[in-house]
This record gives sequence, structure tokens and C-alpha cells, in this order.
Amino acid sequence: MNVSLILIILLIGAFATYLVGDKLASKVALFFSLAALGCSVVLTNHFLAGESISLINAWITQPKISFALNADGLAIAMLLLTVALTPIIIFSSFGNEYKNAKGFYALILFMAFAMTGTFLAADGLLYYIFWELALIPIYFIALIWGNGDSEERRKAVVKFFIYTLAGSLFMLVAFIYLYQKAGSFLIEDLYKLNLSACEQLWIFLAFFLAYAIKIPIIPFHTWQANVYQKAPTVGTMLLSGIMLKMGLYSVIRWQLPLAPLAAKEYMNIFIALGIAGVIYGSIVALRQKDLKKLLAYSSLAHVGLIAAGTYTLTIDGLRGAVLQMIAHGFVVVGLFFAAEVIFRRFETRNISEMGGIRIQSPKFTSMFLILVLASVALPSTFNFVGEFTVLYSLSQINVWFAVLGGTTIILGAYYMLKMFQHVMLGDKNAKTFADVTINEGISLVVIIAVLIFFGFYPKPITDLITPSLETILNVINKN
Amino acid sequence: MEMDTNLALVLVLAPFLGFLINVFFGKSLGRTVSGIIGTAAVVVSFLVTIFFFNQITLTGKAIQITLFDWIQISNLKINLGFLLDQLSLLWLLFVTGIGSLIHLYSISYMHDDENMHKFFSYLNLFVFFMITLVIGSNLLVLFIGWEGVGLCSYLLIGFWYKNQDYNDAAKKAFIMNRIGDLGLLIGMFILGSMFSTLDYATLKTAIAGAANLNIPLLSLAALCLFIGACGKSAQIPLYTWLPDAMAGPTPVSALIHAATMVTAGIFMVTRLNFVFDLAPDVQTIIAIVGGITSLVAATIGLVQTDIKKVLAYSTVSQLGLMFLALGFGAYEVAVFHVITHAFFKACLFLGSGSVIHGLHGEQDMRKMGGLRSAMPITFWTMLVSSLAISGVPFFSGFFSKDEILLTAFHHNKALYVIGSIASIMTAFYMFRLMFLTFFKDFRGTEEQKHHLHESDGLITFPLMILALLATFGGVISLPGNSWLNEYLAPLFTKVAGEEHHLGTTEYILMGVAVLGGLLGILIAYIKYFKQDNVPESDENITGLAKVLYNKYYVDEAYDVIFVAPVNALSKFFRDYIETGLSALVFGLGKVTNELGFQGKKLQSGSIGLYLFAFVLGLCAIVSYIFLAQ
Repeated sequence: MNVSLILIILLIGAFATYLVGDKLASKVALFFSLAALGCSVVLTNHFLAGESISLINAWITQPKISFALNADGLAIAMLLLTVALTPIIIFSSFGNEYKNAKGFYALILFMAFAMTGTFLAADGLLYYIFWELALIPIYFIALIWGNGDSEERRKAVVKFFIYTLAGSLFMLVAFIYLYQKAGSFLIEDLYKLNLSACEQLWIFLAFFLAYAIKIPIIPFHTWQANVYQKAPTVGTMLLSGIMLKMGLYSVIRWQLPLAPLAAKEYMNIFIALGIAGVIYGSIVALRQKDLKKLLAYSSLAHVGLIAAGTYTLTIDGLRGAVLQMIAHGFVVVGLFFAAEVIFRRFETRNISEMGGIRIQSPKFTSMFLILVLASVALPSTFNFVGEFTVLYSLSQINVWFAVLGGTTIILGAYYMLKMFQHVMLGDKNAKTFADVTINEGISLVVIIAVLIFFGFYPKPITDLITPSLETILNVINKN
Repeated sequence: MEMDTNLALVLVLAPFLGFLINVFFGKSLGRTVSGIIGTAAVVVSFLVTIFFFNQITLTGKAIQITLFDWIQISNLKINLGFLLDQLSLLWLLFVTGIGSLIHLYSISYMHDDENMHKFFSYLNLFVFFMITLVIGSNLLVLFIGWEGVGLCSYLLIGFWYKNQDYNDAAKKAFIMNRIGDLGLLIGMFILGSMFSTLDYATLKTAIAGAANLNIPLLSLAALCLFIGACGKSAQIPLYTWLPDAMAGPTPVSALIHAATMVTAGIFMVTRLNFVFDLAPDVQTIIAIVGGITSLVAATIGLVQTDIKKVLAYSTVSQLGLMFLALGFGAYEVAVFHVITHAFFKACLFLGSGSVIHGLHGEQDMRKMGGLRSAMPITFWTMLVSSLAISGVPFFSGFFSKDEILLTAFHHNKALYVIGSIASIMTAFYMFRLMFLTFFKDFRGTEEQKHHLHESDGLITFPLMILALLATFGGVISLPGNSWLNEYLAPLFTKVAGEEHHLGTTEYILMGVAVLGGLLGILIAYIKYFKQDNVPESDENITGLAKVLYNKYYVDEAYDVIFVAPVNALSKFFRDYIETGLSALVFGLGKVTNELGFQGKKLQSGSIGLYLFAFVLGLCAIVSYIFLAQ
């Protein structure tokens, strides 16, 4: 079976969505995203049966660039995350009306296409192209369909675009340098390079700049909160649920194996930076007035911990990081959707104008609470599995890393429960709040089901990703 | 084996099923049915527990059940599994037993609440997590239960969620517990990395067989675990959430915040006795923390006027006594007190609930009085329990408390004195409570007086059962002939405690303890019966009493020391660092822009300028070459 099939489905879907017009666009987009999901599941089964589903096609001869896709367990996990979240995100938008809906939904599919490509690409330049390609749709989605004052929004979105683009250019330079050395962009050729420690350091830093902005790791995060706030919720979900995982994934796939000496040498600094993000993000989240901004900072804290996990260079750290990427992807999409559900009724994102929702809508309250609890990694949710594993790996490096990173357990509970209290509890709000509609309920229930199922039984994912992570670790430790 | 697994699953999942039914169908089933389902679910667990308990008393063999792999970490394999041994079954017995009684009680107590089905669903969920905590075969399964009961505690404290003060109390409980939970996690990490397992049985063999144990590291692990216990079992410095937790409905206070959840810390330490035994320094810390907590909480309890607050501080104090025993390695003594305390404190809380119910929500003892005749069953059952907690012979608390004080006497005289003073205070404030509530004239409104009545059978029946247990519960561990010590013996590496021979010293100490208890009761009698004192209204409290009434201002101190700085930091980060970083990034953009703009000026098209620059550059290069040579 050909792995490029999924890319083709998503790309065709994007065009088809655009062509069918505004009325049907959302349904067609949903159809194609589900088709991609179905196809990915079949693909995963083939992979698990031992079939190789990677491919290499010559593409450009001079310089030598190939259309190479590699679907190992890690890539498949990220692929599944993307194609599982995309239909949920599309479906969650069904309660909203968009101007020029065909463009909107086509861009979502196009973005899914680019992100999928990023996860699958096994050629440096192809990867870079997909990486940058993913930026374009989100730029337009945030710019055109975003909310708030249009001038402010433009400023935030353009800043985001230039900032991430600028960071990525350093990665491009690094790839070109690597190509000079290896004569190929293919990942396996690049893995074979024996670079000096000094070269590795520069490569490492160039990649780091690109990823630190995308993930984001403090202090490169300043674009995040504003864009999350200004983008339409669908855009925020795409960004936080999937796109920032591109950065984390790339750390594991590209940065660490290409510059292992530098990674080992400066490991502690980068772990510390990730943990600083945990504490900083959590503390800033405490005093946010805007619900989406609060969630943005909470996301900053969570990805900080994931990043710290990747930089431990241990199997536990990498595995925990990937598990947590997936868990975080689902929970953050759920939380942003909950914020959207509230916005549909109260037309505000200001926490101080909320409250008194529980009394009117018990169902929504229960679902929201479960998401909050998953976000604070209550055991028996998927997020606990990831967070526990990452913290454990940190404790093996230095127990203080685990203690400091572990403050997320306390601070996370603090800002999330405080938020929950002010958003949901208290006496009746003057405005009425209708309980979730069936459509809204379906999206939330699917997300919750995933979080709880893998909370108790993460084994399928663990088994899927572990071999490929071990392979990558072998590359890192080859010297 | 197959059957054991299935039965164990029934034991664990019955309350969960009750939870699901009440969540999804509770509203349509109606209040009574939802209450009956919730109660039945716990009774099922209780019956299965009895079955297993009988089995283990006959065979003495622990049952280990592994369900499936859960979390995979390189050197650790963590599975979802159960361990049914002496300790877990004993705990399950009173968790599900008292749990059943309290569920039954709640059918009547919560009947007027429109969200009764929710109440029962949370209560069932709590029992499910509590069972998980106790029955787990490794520390991580314990942790599922540990955080799960914390969640249920959060939900139930904030059950009346319209009141934001209650929500604050709920949030505080959850967050303070999480501080402890971080300790517990770190403790697990250290144990995991030392012994490559978190499974109790394997851990025990690994520790027993280890050569060259790293004792400092092991002690650090033990200390971290104890921090976890401090959170859950409300010990200094993490105790302030428990009194606030009284915002929850009274059955919750009885079940979660007196009889079961708050004993989880003691359970965990007892479970890992083989770890703590190797960390004598940590044991000393535990004993000191326990002793001080018992005294501090008792002093606060002296002046509280809210009937539930008195009981809450009493709980903190009694838990402190249990830790005192744990610190001396007298696990079976602590367990004994856990059990008797569960009986009499559950009874006291449920009794106070009966009073509050009868007075339509009044909790201030200054507005009670003379309820003895109107509520005779409530009165007698609470009296019996008060005698038990005060250590009057031969009620259950007498035996267990006496053993704790004896143990303390043999190890550390100072802590013995502290524990004894706390016990005298306990007797005093309990009888202060009794006199203020049940004797003299009624001080409430005419309206309330008119409606005074004894609660119905669903409330009085559990009270009577618990009162019986509070009276006779001591038989499980009589001095010199302890069934409990024998039953628990397989758990401990040491010979169960040092059996105290009942010599002259012991009898003297016993006499001192009894006299102390009676003294406390006597003072309460003189002050609140003879002299007919009623505590001052809030404004008139002065001096030391005011400090005690305001709980030593610990909450305020925590606010100043921890909460306010974090919030200030948050504001600082938000307003300065965030904007600063943002400006920096914008600044970089601006610099680039400006450079381009200035660079543009150089391209002026003036040939003269270009030539000048060319010559200048040439000169520079030439002179550099010369100088370099």
C-alpha cells in the first residue's frame, strides 16, 4: 500500500472542497478528512503486519532531491494524530457560519496535507517544503477568519508568519550545509554523516531556532498567545493540536539524530529551558482574563515539559514526549472547542463575564470538567501516562528536574481549577446557556473517549512508537 | 484464581457501575431509587470483601491479581493489578462497611436536594477510587485511587457549587493535596530508579535482598512519600484544607474527611513499612510532625464554635496521633486507631449531621443546646462516641489511644507528653461540644424549637451501628491479647511492634491517661454545664482565644507567603516580561528594517562617494597586509 495515498486524498479533498462551493464545503471537507483517517487506519494495519510502506521517488536531480516518505511507527503515530484530529476539528466548526466557507475548509484540508507531509517526509528538502507549506494556510485562516480588531489581528498574524519563517530559514541553511557534506537530502544519508562537534553545535542551534519558535519554547513564544486568541477557534485547534507537534516531532526526527554530540553536550541547558517554560507558562496562565489566552499559556507549559522530555535523550523521555504530544493534542483541541461552545452562547472570551454555566448545563459541565482533569493529568487519563513517563525520565537525569517540572502538577491544578470555577460554577448567569447540542456533544465525547481509553491502555501506541524511537536512539548513540 | 479475579473485579467495579447508572439515569430514576442503587453498589463490595476476608483469615494467603500491562518505562513494568492481603482487606472492610452505612444515611439526609442523584454518583465514584487505592498491587495503581479520591473530595466539597466560598474550599483541598502528590510522585521515581519496580511485593523482596542499600537516597524517597501522606492525611504543613472541606455535605465529611480518605496516608506508610523501617531519620520526622499536628489541631479545636469545625480539627489531631505511632514503627497501633477512629468519628459526624438536619442547617453550637430530649438517639450515640474518643475505659478509643501513648512513652517522653496533652484537650472539646449541643436550654429560634425532632430511621440506624462499633471495637486489639497484631503480623518484617508487657509502668500510664481524659471532661462540665457558659460571639473573642479561633492565622500566613507572591509574579510576568519579550522581537524586526533603510541611503548614485569608499577600502586592505607581516 502506498503511503502517498493519504497525501493525495487530502490534497484532492482540498481542491474538491473549494470547487463544490460554500454550501457543501464543510461536508465535503469532513468526508475527505474521514477518508484520510480510514485510509490511515488501514495503512497502520499494513504497517503492523510488517509491510514496509515507505517510498522513495527521484524528484529533482540537481540538486538531488527525492520524494521520499518514510512511515515508521513514530511517523504513523503523528499521522494518526493529524488525521484523527482533522475531522474532529472540521466537525466542531459545524455550528459556525463562515464567509467564503469553501476557501476556509479547503485551507484546513490543505494544512492537514502539509502537516502530514511534514511528518512523513524522509528527505530534508521535501520536509522543509512541507514544513513551510503548512504555514501558508494557517496564515490565511487566522488573518481572514480570525476575530477581534482586524488591524491588531493583522499585526499578530503577520508577526507570527515572519517570526516562524525567519526561524525556519536557519534550518534551511543547516540543510544546505548538510547537503554539501552528504551529497543528498535523504534522511538516512544525513544520519550517516560524521560531523565534528563544532559543526554539530551550529546545526543543532539552527534547528533549534526553527523548532523553538514553532513549539514554542520560551523565550521564543511571544507570537503564541496573541495568535491563539485572534485566530478562529478552528485555527487555534490546528495550531495547538497538531502544528506545534511538528516542532516537537522534528526535534526527535531531525535535530537530535543529526547533532547528537551537541545534544548530549548541552542537554541540561535545553531541558532546563523546557522546564522554565513549564513554570513560566503556568504562572502567566494564572492571571489571564481571556479564556483562549489562558489555554495558550497552559499549552506553553505543557509543551515545555514535552520538549524537556525529548532532550533527555532516553527512551523514556522520548516515549513519554510522544505519548504526551498525542494526549495534549486531543485535550487542547477539546479545551479550545469548549471555549468555542461557550463563545457561541455568551459571545465573550472574557472569563470575568462567565460563570453560572453548571447550573444550566450539566452535560457540558461534566465534559468540560473531564477535559480540565485530563489537562492536569489526573491518573486514568492519557495525559497522566505521558506526563508520568516524562517526569520519570527527567528524574533519572536529575531529580530536581522532576521536582521543578513536577510543579506543573500543582500550578496546573491551580490555574485550571481557578478557571473552571470562574467559568462554570457559581450562581446563575444573567445570560442563558443552552446545554451542548448533539453535534457539539459528539466532538467532545470522541475526544474524551480517546483520552480515557488510552489512559488505561496506552499499550497500542507505546508498542507502535517504541521500535522507531529505539532506532533513532541508536543513531544518536552510534558514536 | 479465575473466580478470585472475577470477584475482585466485582468488588472494585460495583461502585463504578453505581456511579455510571446514577450519572446517566439518576435524574430519571428519581431520588429514592438513585439512593438505593448507590447504596446497593457499595453493599455488594462490602459483601465481596467479607468473603475475601474470611478466606484470608482461614488461609492466611494473600491473593495477587494482574489484569494487564499499563505503563511501560524502560526498567519499570507497571501493570494494573490487585493485591488482596491482610492490610488491604482490613481497610476494605471498614471502607465499604462504613461506606454502606453512610450511603444509607445519605438517602434520608440528602433527600431534599434536587441533585441527589449526583451526590450518589460522586459518592459511588469515591468508593470506587478508594477501593482502587487500597487494593492496588503497586504504587501507581494506588496513585490512581489517591488522585481519584482527591477529585471526588473536590467534587463533594464543592457540591453546593452556587456558593463560591465552597468552591474555593474545594479548590484549596485539591491543590494542597497536589502539593503532597508531587512528593509522592518523586518518592515513586526514586524507588523506581533504585529497585526497578513499584510493585509492593517485588519491592519488598528487592529491598530485603539488596546489598549496600543507599540509605540516604532511600530516606529521601521515604521523606517524599511522607510529604504525600501529609497532604492526604492533613498533617502540618498541609492540613489547612481539611477544616475548610467541611463545606461539603455532612455525610461526605463523615465518609471522606474522617473515616476513609484521610487515612490513605497512614495506609500508604503502613503499606511501605519496609521502606520506612530503613529510614529512621524520616521516622523521627513523622513522629514529630504527627505529635505537633495532634497538639496544634487540638488547641484550635478548643475554641471553635461550628460543630463540624470542632470535629474537623479533632480529626486532624487524631490523624496526628496515628502518625505519631507510625513514626515509632508501631504500624499495627496506628492501624488500630485508624479503625476505632473510623467508627467513632463517623458516628460523631453523622450525629452532627443529624443535629444540623434537625435545625435546618444550623451549625453554630452557640445556637444549639438542650437537644437531648428531642433527639435522644442522636444524643446517646454521640455521647458514646465522645466517650470513646476521650479515651474513657472501656470504649474502643481507650484501647487504641492508650497503645499510642504507651508506644510514645517508650520511645520519646516529650512526644508522649505532647500526645497526652492533646488527648486531654480532646476530651475537653468533645464534651464542650456535647454540653453546648445537648444540655441546658435551646438557644435557637422559636421556629426551630417548634420543629425539633429526632431524625428518621435511615439516619438513626447507621448511628446506632456505629455507636456499637465505637463502644466494642476495642476488642480487636485488647492489651496482651491482640487479634489485630496477629492478623497483621505477616506484613511486617519486624516482630509486630514490641509487645508491651503489662507491667506497673503500663498500668500507671493507663491510669494517667484515664485521669487526663476525665479531667478534660470535668473542666468541660464545670465550664459549660455548671457555669452555663456559652462561647462569646465572634467580635468579643480576644487574646489567645482569638488567635486559636482564627487558627493561628495560618491560612493568612500561607496567603502572604505563597499565594500572593505567585499571583504577583504572574502579574509581573504578564505585564512586563511578556510585553518586554514581545517588544524585543518587534525590535529585531525594526532593526532589520532600519538597517535596510539606512543601507538604501548609501546607494546614492554619487560616483565620488563610491570612489572614495573604494580607495579607503583599498588602503585598509593594504595596510592590514603590511601590518600582518
